[in-house]
Amino acid sequence: MTVSSTSHQQEHGRFMTVMKDILARPSGLIGLTLVLFHILLALLSPSIAPYDFKLQNSSLMLSPPSSEHWLGADHLGRDILSRTLMGGREALLVTGIATPLAVIWGGFIGILFGLVGGRVDEVLMRIVDAFLSLPWILKMLVLIVTFGTGIGVLIPTLTFFYGIPVIRVARAATHDIIARDFVWAAKARGHSRISIIWRELLPNVLDTLMVEGAMRWSWMLLAFSSLSFLGFGVSPPIPDWGLMISDARGFMSFAPWGVIAPVIGLSSLIIGINLSADALAKALGIDRAQKAPM
Amino acid sequence: MPQSPFIDIKNLSVGYTSRSGKTIPVLRDVNLSITRGDSIGLVGESGSGKSTLALAAMGYFKRGLHVISGQVQFDGIDMLNIERNALQRLRGGRLALIPQNSGQSLTPNLRIGQQITEALRLHSDLPATSFDAGVIDLLSQVRLPDPVGLTDRYPHELSGGQQQRVAIAMALASNPEALLLDEPTTGLDVTTQAHIMELLRDLAKDRNLAMLYVSHDLGAIARVCNKVMVMYAGETVLTGSAKQVLLSPRHPYAHGLLASIPRLNETSLPQALDGRPPMPSETIMGCAFADRCKLADRTCYSSSPPLNHLETGEAVRCFHHDQIGQLNQKTEKSARSNPVAADKDTALSLANLAVSYSRPRLLSKLFALQDTPPSTVDRITIDIKKGETLGLVGESGSGKSTILKTIAGMVPAQSGNIILNQTEPLDTMVEKRPAAYLRQVQIIFQNPDDSLNPRHTVAQILAQPLRLYYGLSGTPLRDRSIAILEQVRLGEHYLERLPSQLSGGEKQRVAIARAFAADPEIILCDEVTSALDVSVQAAVLDLLDVLKRQDGTTYIFVSHDLAVVKAISDRVAVLYQGRICEIGPVAAVYSAPFHPYTDALLGAVLEPDPDVAPRLKADDAVELSPPNLGCPFQRRCPRKLGSICETNIPTAQEIAPGHIIHCHISQVDL
Amino acid sequence: MLIRRVLLGGVTVCIVSLIIFAGVEMLPGDACTQFLGEYQADEELLAQCRKDLDLNRPAIDRFAEWTQGAITGDLGLAADGTTKISTIVGDRLKNSLLLAFCAMAVGIPLALLLGVVSGLWRDRLPDIIASTLAIFAMTIPEFVSATLLILVLSVWLGWLPGIVLTSAAAPASEFFPEILLPVIVLSFVMCAHIMRMVRSSVIDVMASDYVQMATLKGVPYWQMVFRHALPNALLPAINVVALTIAWLLGGVVVIEVVFNYPGLGRLMIDSISDRNLPVVQSIALIVASVYVCVNLAADLLTMIANPKLRTMYMRK
Repeated sequence: MTVSSTSHQQEHGRFMTVMKDILARPSGLIGLTLVLFHILLALLSPSIAPYDFKLQNSSLMLSPPSSEHWLGADHLGRDILSRTLMGGREALLVTGIATPLAVIWGGFIGILFGLVGGRVDEVLMRIVDAFLSLPWILKMLVLIVTFGTGIGVLIPTLTFFYGIPVIRVARAATHDIIARDFVWAAKARGHSRISIIWRELLPNVLDTLMVEGAMRWSWMLLAFSSLSFLGFGVSPPIPDWGLMISDARGFMSFAPWGVIAPVIGLSSLIIGINLSADALAKALGIDRAQKAPM
Repeated sequence: MPQSPFIDIKNLSVGYTSRSGKTIPVLRDVNLSITRGDSIGLVGESGSGKSTLALAAMGYFKRGLHVISGQVQFDGIDMLNIERNALQRLRGGRLALIPQNSGQSLTPNLRIGQQITEALRLHSDLPATSFDAGVIDLLSQVRLPDPVGLTDRYPHELSGGQQQRVAIAMALASNPEALLLDEPTTGLDVTTQAHIMELLRDLAKDRNLAMLYVSHDLGAIARVCNKVMVMYAGETVLTGSAKQVLLSPRHPYAHGLLASIPRLNETSLPQALDGRPPMPSETIMGCAFADRCKLADRTCYSSSPPLNHLETGEAVRCFHHDQIGQLNQKTEKSARSNPVAADKDTALSLANLAVSYSRPRLLSKLFALQDTPPSTVDRITIDIKKGETLGLVGESGSGKSTILKTIAGMVPAQSGNIILNQTEPLDTMVEKRPAAYLRQVQIIFQNPDDSLNPRHTVAQILAQPLRLYYGLSGTPLRDRSIAILEQVRLGEHYLERLPSQLSGGEKQRVAIARAFAADPEIILCDEVTSALDVSVQAAVLDLLDVLKRQDGTTYIFVSHDLAVVKAISDRVAVLYQGRICEIGPVAAVYSAPFHPYTDALLGAVLEPDPDVAPRLKADDAVELSPPNLGCPFQRRCPRKLGSICETNIPTAQEIAPGHIIHCHISQVDL
Repeated sequence: MLIRRVLLGGVTVCIVSLIIFAGVEMLPGDACTQFLGEYQADEELLAQCRKDLDLNRPAIDRFAEWTQGAITGDLGLAADGTTKISTIVGDRLKNSLLLAFCAMAVGIPLALLLGVVSGLWRDRLPDIIASTLAIFAMTIPEFVSATLLILVLSVWLGWLPGIVLTSAAAPASEFFPEILLPVIVLSFVMCAHIMRMVRSSVIDVMASDYVQMATLKGVPYWQMVFRHALPNALLPAINVVALTIAWLLGGVVVIEVVFNYPGLGRLMIDSISDRNLPVVQSIALIVASVYVCVNLAADLLTMIANPKLRTMYMRK
């Protein structure tokens, strides 16, 4: 047995202990179940959905729940159950791609500048601060209005803007780690810069980045659905919870079922992600409550 | 006639509930009674339950802890079933606490005056109008200079010694009848500690207090206590008078603990106490100490020993307390490696080394607004021979760790040279040093929690130097790692562990193993035993000495503990404010003639012997930066000559070959 | 220390204005292609328009002019070339501030109270209820909670008006009671973030050595809480409150749209949809300045309230 294979086992063992710790907490168990349920639903919903999501039937317009249409129909007479089941696909696809990308690029830049330090770092942080001082919705909308909606625009936009706060977090974590004695010990031994970053720094910063990623994911979903709600996200007739809520709002007084179904879908997913993030942070020993929204 | 006990703890068991729902005891069936005028020392290593017991005397338990059974009484009052208001009147009133870390125990947002006034308002009969006078009176009772000015200060503006004195003043505000002291001098410098101990001793005597003094420091206990109770794994293992326990301990653990303390009057290394205490969660069959005991036999593992009350007044929890004498024969003192012959080559030279942390700021650079402050470390010139151990000793702020970091290339030198093996001066920054030199100098840090990467296994930690310097991999790497682990007395099964799965002593062994894996010529030890319990410290010192004998390694050993430095070093340099006061062979530095600072330091050391009293020479003021001119010790020196000490740098006087004292006082008078 | 903070804040605002300006410049098309776009403008018209709007001068010149104007309060003209931006923005800013202040007035005291209560009664019933509610409030998008509240309080129960019909220029008093629902939603979300932070800070402080010391000094429980624990526990909350207020500026946009509230946020959405870029630029600058000022104020407040920082500042 070689040393590298034992290190592999160690990583595997750590993953298992962290997973066990997460599942041992009620928040972790409920959260992960919700998230997995939504991912499965997103994958399987096209085959489960009882009706075609874009099939309009004027005789069913705003009809209440019935035995054929369990959750009723919307203002165009489309089956709400089918649309709700499929309403998370787009959101999960976009945020599922954009979240890891955002953590990767933000983490990379943050670690890099945390290491470089000095004046360059100061200047970068001012730019990051400047970006953070603009509300996300303004930054995103300007780009979306210019370049149009659709996945091709949404993914890079979300990736870019949600990577910026990650820079700050990764940089702070880097600063904490490089001040510790084990990094000094590696430097004094004469290891190369790359080796110190790879072996000493990264494994310790990754914990923070993982928690950060989980939190970014939930905020990104919030942003995505808000954009849809405002009419800047998914284009109809693709079903999306945000858009469905926005459409059904006008008929809320006499057809509230149109609002309630997508509200439950969206809320359960975001709450699931948040509960998982909370449990992950506790399992890794990182306090999440100290962080402010961004 | 014996007085009735003032604080009386009977059969107390305290525990917490683990995640799996089991009750885990941290105190097991403990009895303790203190009468008026008694001062009892509570001794034990970390995790022995001594602080829990002391706080239990006030009816206080940390969050998560609960009483399983037993009683706590104070002057006949049941402290566990007492009404809240009455408890509040007792706490800080008749029964006061002096806490471990006053820096963190004083409320940061309240002024010193406000905090002491609060104690007066709660517990004294003084009219509100005389609170201010009361505060000032208390502050002068604890011998604080400028008590009036102090009342308006915030805790963070005070030095550690001053904070501790404020805590004592606050405890005295109610004129208490009993004092609980929870490690009150831990973390303070030797001279400060000695002064505080004298203060406490006088207070106890003047006021006829009942005192419970918790400490791991047997020297401090010896100074203030007339009785001692030794705890191990939540149990009382030995009680007796201070002289009985400290001079002829009747329990193998207490015996081992005392043998592991390095002392000033010995030249040999202290005796290591191997193993570690059981965790509270482990189920203990038989005697808790059996695993580490040289006297243990089969009975010790199968049944737990009762507390035997001896005719001499002691109580011992041991089946073999009458065989303690055998321990002295079984353990021959390990002779220390011989000092190096003087003709050996120089391994490392420090030539006129100076280090400055303060970098002039842009504005002051432009306008030359400030004079440059004096360097943090200055005029360090030392040659270290191959195979020699050089001790660097001094109080906090003496620059001893800075010198080590400069040698390791982590802090740039302001001027001067570092020369390895009589070759070219080394570059001051580690990145620019040639790779061949890097292997030759390795460093071991104070706190292994910080110096071992928490995400690496022991195998990965050891692989780093082995890969880097020797290019090992695969089976040879593993074999070499195992061999090195065995050298530091750890088994092969440790390879797969993470630092969080090791005890403090094991972690430090891994850190030592990592340094030796490079097969270096010089090892820099930065307070390597300060974070460890005293029995573990002895084991680490012993290990360092054995390894040195095998490999002929050169050590530079930094510590604030004069006895530790004496035990391990061949030569010692005494530092004050980043300047050398005295340097020479151990025997010469630790005996007269002394530099006044060395004299003050040595006089302040508390020995674990009730018959030895410290000699207090200098005050314990804290200086933040060295003086601009003259002798670094001028402001605190009890033998200051006059203006010459303020203007001229003291010349180096060679008292004996290799023994140099930097002082204006002439050789004859020193 | 103090001066450094103010300077850094100034630098941030400068960088923001640069980003805003550069960002808008980099977008394809300009005010003229936008304005004339519907008529498939020919080159001549475009050139004339650009000359009118001064778009032919180098970007640096225009940036200098824009910032100069912004400092004196003159934000220039909207994309139609006739309306002054400061008049459009003025009323809207007033309305948004009204909404934000009301939300803060409700949310911050409530958050502090809930945070302290759940910190002191950690893991007991009040804490479990408050913490669970906080998770919901934090995670559910504002438009969802707003929609649900309208459904319940306005549509079903008919207690509060669900939509704001008052015009932008109306005086503050006329926004009542229409403003109540948006205020409830906004303060709900804000409250959750602050409460969680305060709770964890209270837990830390209650476990500190000085709280234990105060207890063992015989200080009665509530006196210990108010004199020794809370002043130290609430200090770090100042910065979180500031960050939350800054975040509020973004969250307010969605809520203004949901409730049809005539504030800065809705103006922003409308301007973006209409590609009225000069207005967008101005709003961005205002919002960023508010962010920087709020953070600066928080730093100042922390410095005044924390004796440690105060002495550091005095020494320098």
